[in-house]
Amino acid sequence: MRYVIHRLGFFVLSLWAAITINFILPRMMPGNPADAMFAKFQGQLTPAALDAMKKAYGIGQSNLWHQYIDYLHGLFTFNWGLSFMQYPTPVSDMIKASVPWTLGLVGIATLLSVFVGTTLGVYISWKRKGLLDNTLPVVSMIFQAMPYFWMALLFVFIFGFKLNWFPMSHGYDPAITPGFNGTYLSSVLSHAFLPGVTLLLGSLSGWIVGMRNNMINTLGEDYVTFAEAKGVSSSRLMFSYAARNAILPQLTSFAIAIGNVVSGSILTEQVFSYPGIGNQLTSAVTSQDFPMIQASFLLIAVSVLVANLIVDLLYSRLDPRIRTGGLRNEG
Amino acid sequence: MKAEITPSAQQNVKSSFHLFSALKVLKPFFTNAKSATGFIIFLVFLLTAIFAPLIAPYSPSAAIYDPNLAPTAHHWFGTTNTGQDLFSQFIFSARNTMIVGFGAGILSTIIGLIFGVIGGYRGGITDAILSFITNLFLVLPGLALLIVIEAYLKASTPYVNGLIIAFTGWAWGARVFRSQTMTLAGRDFISAAKMSGKSSLRIMITEICPNMMSIIAGNIMFATLGAILAEAGLAFLGFEDINSTSWGTMLYWASSNSALLRGAWWWFIPPGVGIALVGLSLVLMNFAIDQITNPRLKVQKRRKQHGRKAARS
Repeated sequence: MRYVIHRLGFFVLSLWAAITINFILPRMMPGNPADAMFAKFQGQLTPAALDAMKKAYGIGQSNLWHQYIDYLHGLFTFNWGLSFMQYPTPVSDMIKASVPWTLGLVGIATLLSVFVGTTLGVYISWKRKGLLDNTLPVVSMIFQAMPYFWMALLFVFIFGFKLNWFPMSHGYDPAITPGFNGTYLSSVLSHAFLPGVTLLLGSLSGWIVGMRNNMINTLGEDYVTFAEAKGVSSSRLMFSYAARNAILPQLTSFAIAIGNVVSGSILTEQVFSYPGIGNQLTSAVTSQDFPMIQASFLLIAVSVLVANLIVDLLYSRLDPRIRTGGLRNEG
Repeated sequence: MKAEITPSAQQNVKSSFHLFSALKVLKPFFTNAKSATGFIIFLVFLLTAIFAPLIAPYSPSAAIYDPNLAPTAHHWFGTTNTGQDLFSQFIFSARNTMIVGFGAGILSTIIGLIFGVIGGYRGGITDAILSFITNLFLVLPGLALLIVIEAYLKASTPYVNGLIIAFTGWAWGARVFRSQTMTLAGRDFISAAKMSGKSSLRIMITEICPNMMSIIAGNIMFATLGAILAEAGLAFLGFEDINSTSWGTMLYWASSNSALLRGAWWWFIPPGVGIALVGLSLVLMNFAIDQITNPRLKVQKRRKQHGRKAARS
């Protein structure tokens, strides 16, 4: 229970920190970007929009504390401002439109990569010095060293441009009207295939190598040797004895993994012009759409924090030592 | 800090004086095919970076050649649509990428050491605060944070980007250093150092850090890899000065001039291969460090036979 409270406390504190970073960054940058931005948009936007912008970035207001309270209030009432680029579309509407794309793409790719990677890791640790054990780590190292977005560019070039197997960009064929029917869904799937494979391959290696090393450590434990001497069948030894314990440290590396996948997806979405949240963030930055930048960064940060909280809580369910506080500082 | 950048130089210098002892330390780099490959790739790129002005046949920025050339005898990697020589760009990019990568990798390792070692050694409230900051930076999505910072900075140079990358990407190292420091802090030699009246700062620098040199070296490898990838990603998205010379910027220009749709593979393949090869060399060398420091990965021959036996039965 203490562990759960501890994790919840960390979650709340880090949430607060993310929100505050989002508030402070535009205000502490050299050369006051808010002023520059304001000058840039003068004449382009309606007076009402300029007023809202002034308020949002504290131009003409001196009290930082008031700005902060206003900012927090707007945040929790889902009043995230209006996009500059697609004025007067509320930022929250644009976010709502792009979240399902990223969630579907990143979510499915991550789950698949955890599952496939962990299984492969178990397999190659069992078949030590086999063909797969010698080649897979090297192959996965190459994937680890390769930039996600470059791999995405290669896929676009080979499978989109040369072979014409898959579409090269966008979330679905713009000629099809979105709806819950076969043509639309198959269009979505074929458009998601290449970006999905990019994310899968990019993150797979970490899970394989991590699981392999955990397995090797676990297989060296006395209780495994004992079970083996006792005559436990090898598949049971592998999965019920070794893999079950080796999988725990995998969960702790989830924090860094999910961050990598999100980073990878920002770049991948850009390559494929995929209509997700990462693409929104980058195009908002290029077009200096500050409300959109703030909202999409916050959303990305919060979803990563929530994913981590879920994993942490799951971890305490799976590992009783955590709940009793027996294994605080390992790993 | 110098040990990992110039293992080659060290090896050359040492080999003439203490041939045997030096070879013993570096043996794992060469007995293992993987790490030897990594080491050689790394050397090639290091030399390319150092001697870039001598190797590159032309200026990387001069737009004076025939545009849109496929690779020819004069332009090994072809030219851009404005007539810049891609091979020269590739060579000079190696230099920037290595400087930014290792600069950011080493700087973030130093920041990680400060947070990790102090937190792990002091414990208590200091540790609580430092580990909170560490964990916070660990969970915040790095690239998104970098992009947002870039949004307010606008078109920064590769070096500025290196700094930002280091200041946002040190957390993983700090966590590893912290747990290692905590295991070291209870050892007898630390108590002995305390008894002899050494200050905490001296103990941290002269007792704890040298005892986790391999972890530090491994961390520099990974931090450098992360920095190279992050810098390339930022440059590719166009959030770096687009007139700078780096592999990421090359990819940015390639994709914004739709090199993909024109089939100009010579424009976007080499920069990616460059990044991947440097990255691979780092991962491979780290593999060697892993093999040295984690004996369990090696001892597993015994395990293998057991496994076979169990599988047969």
